[in-house]
Amino acid sequence: MIALIALGYTLVYGIIELINFAHGDLFMLGTFVSLTVVGAFGFSTLFGASTTTPAVLAIVVALVASVVFCGVLNVAIERIAYRRLRHAPRLAPLISAIGMSFILVNIGQVWKGPSSQGFPTLIPDFDILRDVFGMQTLVQLNFKEIFVVGIAVPLMIGLTLFIRRTKIGKAMRAVAQDREMAGLVGINVDQVISFTFLLGGMLAGAAGLIYGLFNENTVFNLGFSAGLKAFTAAVLGGIGNVTGAMLGGFVLGLIGALTVQYVGARWEQVLVFSVLVIILVFRPLGLLGEEV
Amino acid sequence: MQRRTFGLGAVLVGLSLVAGACSGGTGGTTGGGGTAAKTVKIYSSLPLTGPSRAQTLTVVNGIKMAIDENGGKDGTGAKIGSITVEYESLDDATAAKQSWDAAQEAENGRKAAEDSKTVGYLGTFNSGAARISIPIMNKAGIPMISPANTATDLTVDKSKDSVYYGAGKRNYFRVIPNDNIQGLVGANWMAALNAKKVFIVDDTDLYGKGLADVFQANAAKAGLTVVGREGAPKADNFNALVTKIKAAGAEGVYYGGIVDNNPAVLVKNLRAVDPKIIFMGADGIQCDEMIKQMGAAGEGVYATFGGVSVDKYTGIQADWLKKYKDKYGSDPQPYAIYGYEAANVMLKAIKETNGDRAGMVDAVKKVGTNYDGVLGKWSFDANGDTSNTAHTGVVVQGGKWVFSKVLN
Repeated sequence: MIALIALGYTLVYGIIELINFAHGDLFMLGTFVSLTVVGAFGFSTLFGASTTTPAVLAIVVALVASVVFCGVLNVAIERIAYRRLRHAPRLAPLISAIGMSFILVNIGQVWKGPSSQGFPTLIPDFDILRDVFGMQTLVQLNFKEIFVVGIAVPLMIGLTLFIRRTKIGKAMRAVAQDREMAGLVGINVDQVISFTFLLGGMLAGAAGLIYGLFNENTVFNLGFSAGLKAFTAAVLGGIGNVTGAMLGGFVLGLIGALTVQYVGARWEQVLVFSVLVIILVFRPLGLLGEEV
Repeated sequence: MQRRTFGLGAVLVGLSLVAGACSGGTGGTTGGGGTAAKTVKIYSSLPLTGPSRAQTLTVVNGIKMAIDENGGKDGTGAKIGSITVEYESLDDATAAKQSWDAAQEAENGRKAAEDSKTVGYLGTFNSGAARISIPIMNKAGIPMISPANTATDLTVDKSKDSVYYGAGKRNYFRVIPNDNIQGLVGANWMAALNAKKVFIVDDTDLYGKGLADVFQANAAKAGLTVVGREGAPKADNFNALVTKIKAAGAEGVYYGGIVDNNPAVLVKNLRAVDPKIIFMGADGIQCDEMIKQMGAAGEGVYATFGGVSVDKYTGIQADWLKKYKDKYGSDPQPYAIYGYEAANVMLKAIKETNGDRAGMVDAVKKVGTNYDGVLGKWSFDANGDTSNTAHTGVVVQGGKWVFSKVLN
């Protein structure tokens, strides 16, 4: 999940060297869109609420809605806030991104209000080892976890193949390497960049739904912490590097979980960021370095 | 001009201290007007943003009700003799934090302390916030009555006196029993529910950690074995922690903390790995917001709180409940009645002193001795704690907090 958001950061950074601070908040709006769609199908956290609609249908519609919404919104953000600043000093689009982030957070707050929103339980949460195989072990393998991995991994593999194999993927890589040269050989740079934002936004939308289904809650200022973690993951893996972002996401999650188990929950953030600092000291470009 | 600028700077630097000195000067205003009516002010500081909002709004309603019953209109302008009592509700939570914020509480405290009309401060809701404003009010000589703080640290622990009451005598009171009792009854109830192995989780805040400490201290006496203790600040999910709790073999989980720190998510995560585990919290989670966030997973969650459950109000409290419903058209949350009681004590103290800030602390103490109010007959003890000790245990059934038993 962190990896999915991290991918959005890394894609945009790789192409135009901009840290898109609004990305985490876009993800937050993704969770809100999913929640609204799911709610429209009659699923709600209110006690006793029931509906005959199959959960799968609601999930699929919510996924499409969230992905389309976030994708389009991200393209719009790029068009409004970043395109004009493309040749400005690097600080200008960065500030513009922070401003965009504030706007999105406030939209979220007006939309759903300031308190935390519960997500209905749409995917059953049972322990596969315990409930299906009847094993009483300390190891748990929740259906929910498998579900998340089941969506996230194909998305990542798909993205990698997309960038490596397709024509537009090739164009993206070309723009990333040398924007002017790419323009000279006939690539429509604006279009490619727009497309990158579309792709990043779509991933954020998907991550939004997955987050909602998995954690079953969301709040308007979720984007900041999620964005920070994702950004950390992207840097950890080597920002601009697609495989690196995925690896960074998994490493972060793993360190976090192990810390809670063996050290204590309150040390989680401390250890995660300590690892980041240590890795950056010895490998400034991240685990896998920057490549496209 | 020079001098005035300096004066302004002094106010900013000296803050409450200077403001406290100024309050003596206000008497002059009244004197100048001869028999002219005097205006004094009460502030309340509660977290009106975030998950606590549903609860705190009803506390504000409770305070307004007391004001209105004394000749006020829309929660301000009560008439105590010739004195007009204004009331202003401050929010000590910020949108960014979704919970009480130390800087915001300090700002509220300073605002009240600098206002020369201020004679009383109702608050805070969170014990951690009280830690910030008690010293500010203490310097200014303003009495503070909390409808909701339960952390023992604030009153009982004498070693903290210099931190809170460094500048003088105790100015802090509360109408709710403290956690020394709540943690104890929680431990006893957990034992009665037959959950002998308990894992204790706290939200690392002053209130949550203090309560969990008391619970832990009383666990052995109640016949419980503590199999683990963890400080878990707010998180998106608690999956890793839940695994640890399960591995420890816990039959029950005791949570010291407030709804703002996502205990609802902890409940959901816990139920996923162990549907039968007993989850008990305290007044910090006993509100409708918690139920809303937990959804169906919340069934059977236990909570304790000081006083009587709203659906078990009898006698004078039932009358109060009816008046509240008639006035606001909805049910109050458990703390509302404490807001009402605290405001009434404050208003009576204003009557006692004719609205002079200087005598307010003593007046509150005096009024709060053998006080016969909506919470029954009680007194403030030497620490500022109430003599009331009744606690109620409630459980979630059918999406509602339902009375389970009286605890002691």
